[in-house]
Amino acid sequence: MTATTADAPPPDLRLPKRRGVELLLLIGAVLISVYGYAAVGLARNGAVPPDVAGYGAGLGLLALLAHLAVRFRAPYADPLLLPIAVLLNGLGLVLIYRLDLETPKDQAAPTQLIWSTLGVALFIAVVVFLRDHRVLQRYAYLSVAAALVLMIVPIFFPAVNGAKIWIRVGGFSFQPGEFAKILLAVFFAAYLAANRNALAYTGRKIWRLQLPTGRVLGPIVAIWLLSVGVLVLERDLGTSLLFFGLFVIMLYVATGRTGWIAVGLLLAAVGAFVVGSFEPHVHSRVQDWLDPFASIDAGRGPGQLAQSLFAFAAGGMLGTGLGLGHSILIGFAAKSDFILATAGEELGLTGLTAVFLLYALLVARGYRAGLALRDPFGRLLSIGLASILALQVFVIAGGVMGLIPLTGMAMPFLAQGGSSVVTNWIIVALLIRVSDQARRPRPDHVETGVIAPMAEDEL
Amino acid sequence: MIRYIRRAAALLLLLLVALLLNAARIQVLDADSLDDNPANRRLTIARYSQPRGNILVGGRSVTGSEDTGEQLKYERTYLHGPLYAPVTGYASQTYGTTLIENAEDDILSGTDSMLAPLPLWNEITRDRQPGGNVATTIKDSMQRAAYDGLGGRRGAVAAVEPSTGRILALVSTPSYDPGRISGTGSSVTDAWQELNASKSQPMLNRAIRQTYPPGSAFKIVTAAAALDADVVTDPDDETDTPSPYVLPGTSTTLPNEAEGCEDASLAEAIRVSCNTVMAELGVRVGLKGMVDAVRRFGFNDTGLKIPSGVAKSNFDTEMSDDQLALSSIGQFDTTATPLQMAMVASAVANGGDLKYPYLVDRTTTRGGSTVHRNGPRTYHRAMSQQTAMQLRRMMVDVVDEGTGSNAAIDGVTVGGKTGTAQHGIDNSGRPYAWFISWAQAPDSAQPAVAVAVVVEDAAANRADISGGGSAAPIARAVMEAALRD
Repeated sequence: MTATTADAPPPDLRLPKRRGVELLLLIGAVLISVYGYAAVGLARNGAVPPDVAGYGAGLGLLALLAHLAVRFRAPYADPLLLPIAVLLNGLGLVLIYRLDLETPKDQAAPTQLIWSTLGVALFIAVVVFLRDHRVLQRYAYLSVAAALVLMIVPIFFPAVNGAKIWIRVGGFSFQPGEFAKILLAVFFAAYLAANRNALAYTGRKIWRLQLPTGRVLGPIVAIWLLSVGVLVLERDLGTSLLFFGLFVIMLYVATGRTGWIAVGLLLAAVGAFVVGSFEPHVHSRVQDWLDPFASIDAGRGPGQLAQSLFAFAAGGMLGTGLGLGHSILIGFAAKSDFILATAGEELGLTGLTAVFLLYALLVARGYRAGLALRDPFGRLLSIGLASILALQVFVIAGGVMGLIPLTGMAMPFLAQGGSSVVTNWIIVALLIRVSDQARRPRPDHVETGVIAPMAEDEL
Repeated sequence: MIRYIRRAAALLLLLLVALLLNAARIQVLDADSLDDNPANRRLTIARYSQPRGNILVGGRSVTGSEDTGEQLKYERTYLHGPLYAPVTGYASQTYGTTLIENAEDDILSGTDSMLAPLPLWNEITRDRQPGGNVATTIKDSMQRAAYDGLGGRRGAVAAVEPSTGRILALVSTPSYDPGRISGTGSSVTDAWQELNASKSQPMLNRAIRQTYPPGSAFKIVTAAAALDADVVTDPDDETDTPSPYVLPGTSTTLPNEAEGCEDASLAEAIRVSCNTVMAELGVRVGLKGMVDAVRRFGFNDTGLKIPSGVAKSNFDTEMSDDQLALSSIGQFDTTATPLQMAMVASAVANGGDLKYPYLVDRTTTRGGSTVHRNGPRTYHRAMSQQTAMQLRRMMVDVVDEGTGSNAAIDGVTVGGKTGTAQHGIDNSGRPYAWFISWAQAPDSAQPAVAVAVVVEDAAANRADISGGGSAAPIARAVMEAALRD
């Protein structure tokens, strides 16, 4: 399949591009964000914030530029992806602005707006300059090398709040691990697309499990060691979990071997148990998860997790309303790791469910693109990227709601954090790119033999 | 591959369901218990998010609420804090509430469901109403007269309206400004520590929470018991009592300060305050009779509330006769709050019908419509009407020609009784000076006021500290304020 043939399908096979729908949804997303911004001002000062028009115009302009890039460079892309990203990013800005009101000395929203702008710029750059996602396949080993460097560098920088995941240069700080996850997804997709048959059909069978051979087991053990290494050296349980979960999911999708899942879960359990027992930073979080109210009983007042649970509870079904909650009681991580608690308190279970469904929709659209694509690399890439979002949402949301031990991670688009926002915009750009490929009308006369061999289950 | 993608998607869907179920668990199922967790600051923040209702004296507010712009927004302020502290108590963001601030907290903080325009309104809207007001029964001029009279000496004054039980003055000195501990922070904790460490115990509400041996002032109760039990039939008849009196079963003798107490009549014994006569009369009434009598005045009642709890005034229920003799003159284990002694005077003044004392006249919404109004209730019939009449005359004699002459007011019927209570090991402490009294204007059908005054300290000599010297002038000032209108 070549780009020229794909660009010129017969007119009668043309799928609706839905760019108009996207534009309407974008307008809706911007209006909802502006409404939220105004609601915070009304609740707190009894007046609409004076800069609401500027804020709306800024967000609207970003959305419009992104839309134009998609319209002209990826006309067949899924129309839901961009509006969801804009809505989540806008909502995140509203929540951070709202929390800024409680911390007059520490204003995070302006910085976040700058990073969001940079994120959208990179989104546009990816959509404009990356004409075909399959180009990335060529850079698989360069990607993994870059990812390793990015992950190793923070070890040489001092720990911030207990985790060594930051690089500080001048006034700026960013988490290289955030970028590494995209690079790793690209590498996994390329590696698995190339080796899936070898991974799926070799190795001994013990009872009902098809176990992999030592040669192909090498990479999975390497990845496991990498994530444990990240965990121990950087004290970053979240990233470690994310990398490992991502790898297991992509491996399973590529090979369909439940044996991999079993091995993966086993390794994860061993790693988590060992680290959870002996590494003090992680150990304390497990203790917190098991009994969030222990510090209250000990007379030291509620800890972060207890405060987070209080915030969610205070929201109830319908929430207190934007600007009217007290989630700032959570303390220093309220705008970053715990931002979901503000959503839970001020928007209630209703709003929280809506937020979760937005993420679910984003992930589902990524999976859908994966299903529709024909090349294994693109498939695995879109599944991988969507799974990054899904795992990240689960790990951090489950953490702040006491479902699983807390791991320091950013809620995609919502949380304060420049590297996170920029990375997520790149992920959405890549999803736009693959979905454009997936939905592009396929001239069926060019096929067979050009496409990579298919597994038997696709027939 | 499609099958595995679908399975992976199903796994992620499972995670989503887990998140949603967990969110519902926290935000709906566990929400109430999390909301009510004492470590959850939200209740406190909500509590101080609106101005607190006010406490009124004579229709004017003696409290206020100040917007601090902090997380706990409104802080309590007090006008004439030390003067009214024994009435209002404090409402502190750090240390909670006491007295009226505590007893009427639901009204003042706006959570009382009676403040809502409709039943269940608060429950439905999850809002609270604006704080309501609490109008006290205190009369400003009397409160000031009592406070100024004590002049910073350790002591207390309680004054009630005999016909209704309304508490007209409630003073404890030295006092403190509750506004100092309203907020949070180091200035508040410092003030709290200083107030608690102070030897003069400024935060102790001596009028209702401190008990003192009532000394001779208690003889009114013993006299009432003797008359009601027909141990004495005519108060002017000679009693068969020696002076000094040897306490039954011991060789200890009880002396008199006064002259001419041997075989003195009950009236004379009250007028000049004979220990011997009253001690023996108490023994003649007997333990059971005395315990019954004191109970009708309010002694040994642990449940008296005005609406804050009043400390129990004590009269032992198991004693030997010598102990009963001492108890009958207000010594041994007999103790009373100033309010209790005001109730004793009030019972006599009101013909034996003792009204339940109360401090809150009515509670209103912020707008002023009444939520609840208190009225007179009979507490006990403390003595027969005839006994009360006889005691009234005897108490008037105390003021007209006895130990209580300092309480006399021109043209006004004033009855009183002095007391000087020994206390401490071997009576080494400085005695407490008591005066209980009542006053009735000549053109009035009912006594206007009953007062009890206790003055604790004083470096003065023994004679000056007697009830007639130290306490009676304060009582007179309070009664004069009550009669002025």
